[in-house]
Amino acid sequence: MKGSRVVAPEAAVKRRAIFPWRVRAEPRIADVPHWLPPLVSLGALLLALVLGGIVLAVVGGDPLQTYGHMVKAAFGDVGVLSDTLTKATPILLCGLSCSLAFRAKLWNIGAEGQFFLGAWAASAVVLWPVLPATTPRVLMLLAMALAGFLGGAMWGFVPGVLKAKLNVNEVLTTLMMNYIAISWNNYFIFAKWSELGFQMSPKFPTSAWLPRLADYAQQVPLFAGLTTHLGLLVGLVAAGILWWVMYRSKWGFEIHLTGDNPKAARYAGINIARNTILVMMLSGGLAGLAGMSEISGVVHRLQGAISPGYGFTGIIVAWLAKLNPLAVVPVSILFGALILAGREIQPSGIAKLLQGIILFCLISSEVLLRYRIRVVQVQRG
Amino acid sequence: MDWIVILQAGVATGTALLFATIGEILAERSGVMNLGVEGMMLMGAMAAFGLAANTGNPWLGLVVAMAVAGLLALLHGLVTIHFQADQVVSGLTLTFLGTGLALVFGEGLSKAGAISLLPKVTTPVLSKIPALGPILFTDQSVLVYAGYLLVPAAWYYINRTRPGLHLRAVGEFPAAADALGVNVVRLRYLYVFVGGLLAGLAGATISLAISPGWFSEMTTSGQGWIAIGLVIFAQWDPIRAAGGAYAFGALRRLILDLQGPTTLLGLSNPFHTYYQWGFFLQMVPYLFTIVVLVIGSREAMRKRIGAPAALGVPYVRSEHG
Repeated sequence: MKGSRVVAPEAAVKRRAIFPWRVRAEPRIADVPHWLPPLVSLGALLLALVLGGIVLAVVGGDPLQTYGHMVKAAFGDVGVLSDTLTKATPILLCGLSCSLAFRAKLWNIGAEGQFFLGAWAASAVVLWPVLPATTPRVLMLLAMALAGFLGGAMWGFVPGVLKAKLNVNEVLTTLMMNYIAISWNNYFIFAKWSELGFQMSPKFPTSAWLPRLADYAQQVPLFAGLTTHLGLLVGLVAAGILWWVMYRSKWGFEIHLTGDNPKAARYAGINIARNTILVMMLSGGLAGLAGMSEISGVVHRLQGAISPGYGFTGIIVAWLAKLNPLAVVPVSILFGALILAGREIQPSGIAKLLQGIILFCLISSEVLLRYRIRVVQVQRG
Repeated sequence: MDWIVILQAGVATGTALLFATIGEILAERSGVMNLGVEGMMLMGAMAAFGLAANTGNPWLGLVVAMAVAGLLALLHGLVTIHFQADQVVSGLTLTFLGTGLALVFGEGLSKAGAISLLPKVTTPVLSKIPALGPILFTDQSVLVYAGYLLVPAAWYYINRTRPGLHLRAVGEFPAAADALGVNVVRLRYLYVFVGGLLAGLAGATISLAISPGWFSEMTTSGQGWIAIGLVIFAQWDPIRAAGGAYAFGALRRLILDLQGPTTLLGLSNPFHTYYQWGFFLQMVPYLFTIVVLVIGSREAMRKRIGAPAALGVPYVRSEHG
């Protein structure tokens, strides 16, 4: 077979006799070579940057200068690198949240709302107050993390139950829960916990602050002014644990099977309804933890603008990482950089636009893993 | 609070939802789910308002809005029909892309000020009908009337015509349709495109008729997603979709009006006295969508009807013999 020309059907010849070559897609029969998927993803990413550059040029920007500026704004020196990691922290946790849910083919689009509820629940510990401001820091932070996790988990529980028991489309319920979460938070920001009528809560006591690198500047002078906080470590540990759960544990296999082939899962005696609810809760919990880490590590108060769409970016990150928690880590750093640098360039929609283009190129590129694209010669009649 | 006014405004507000919902019904009936409605609507709203502001011709804005949203939909078609990518992910991506494009190209549009809008019409005889006249036929945008025509037309097309039969066949059992000589791929492209056109029309309806202007993402504020929810509630039927869309429109208007008066049913209005209660009112449309989804899903389970059988499944000829 090798080397033999594939001949196109005769009907096609008559129509396209002027152009003697055709592009044909042939289904792959053999396994995809190991090096191909990452190469294809990288190619898709580059193509996305080129397409984004074209859009930039159309609206009157200089693509190369803009990209150069973005790289410098995100990785230029230790200070901005630390800021990039800070931005990457909530994206990492949201990306993990989405990876887990998508692995079970549960389309949790609600990481954004779960993030907000996590932030709210963690704030409630301080502002309600559940614990007094004089609580030891470790205890306070643990309580906040637990509250944040539970807040997000609760927000994932509702769509999970509706999906498991009533077969209600989870894409839409999780999305609607996002809007509800934002209104819920606004009630507390504008009214209940408002500080002097401003649209934000009072600042948390320092016992509710996650430690940052800058806090240790006295011991390590290099850390002065660095914003990276403990949430990053939490995210990295979560990535490791989640990798083990998804790829090495029996439960991880169960949810993978449930997602890929629900019928087979049912025959195997897997409790699909229970797993659906559990996955949605755990996924929501991770996003909630992201919300806790963001307000405790960065914002230090509850306010409206705590997320430029971390939950939605998590969806892209998870997909780009092919749902592998370990791959989520570098990808989320890349997107942290994109969001950080995106704040400095005009027009403001560019970062969102780039995310959309990247994801489109990526999902389109997957066709290359299923098909071999060959250029074939058309036999002249 | 005047009920006639609320219902009248409800019909107007619901028209945008109606267009988007019927567009999505057509696409899903052909077997392609497009979750990018929100992005296409935003792009349509931006294009319509931008063109109307720059050329002074709202009709031109309307046409271009439909065209750009249709093009976005074709992109979704290419990725899901030809590249066989997951329809959920591709649709989400389309929302990202549409939102991003609309924000980038709509930069500065919010300061455009007053523009000429699509005309409003009071129908001579019909507006005299008691109750219905003032609600449906008085001082409504021409697009609202277009909505009245679209509903029965879409129902008749889907259920009573030959192309409608092909549409349903492609969505329920593409292999059989293919065997009968129906071009599955071409029809799916066609209806995804039509869905995009209608989503663009929905966006233009918002920015040129219902609540004129460009307010970035707040222009549509999630109505594209509500439309997708309504498709499930409507069981893929245009007439039920109309009921749902108009009811939703009225609900949105009611929520707005509830916060105005100082007294409500003879008691002091809590939403006026405590403005912060308004945040709970804002949740109502989204809570209502969830309720509507639950009702739709339960009914589908009970009657064993519902989604087109091939919804979300790419069609590959070789795999079906």
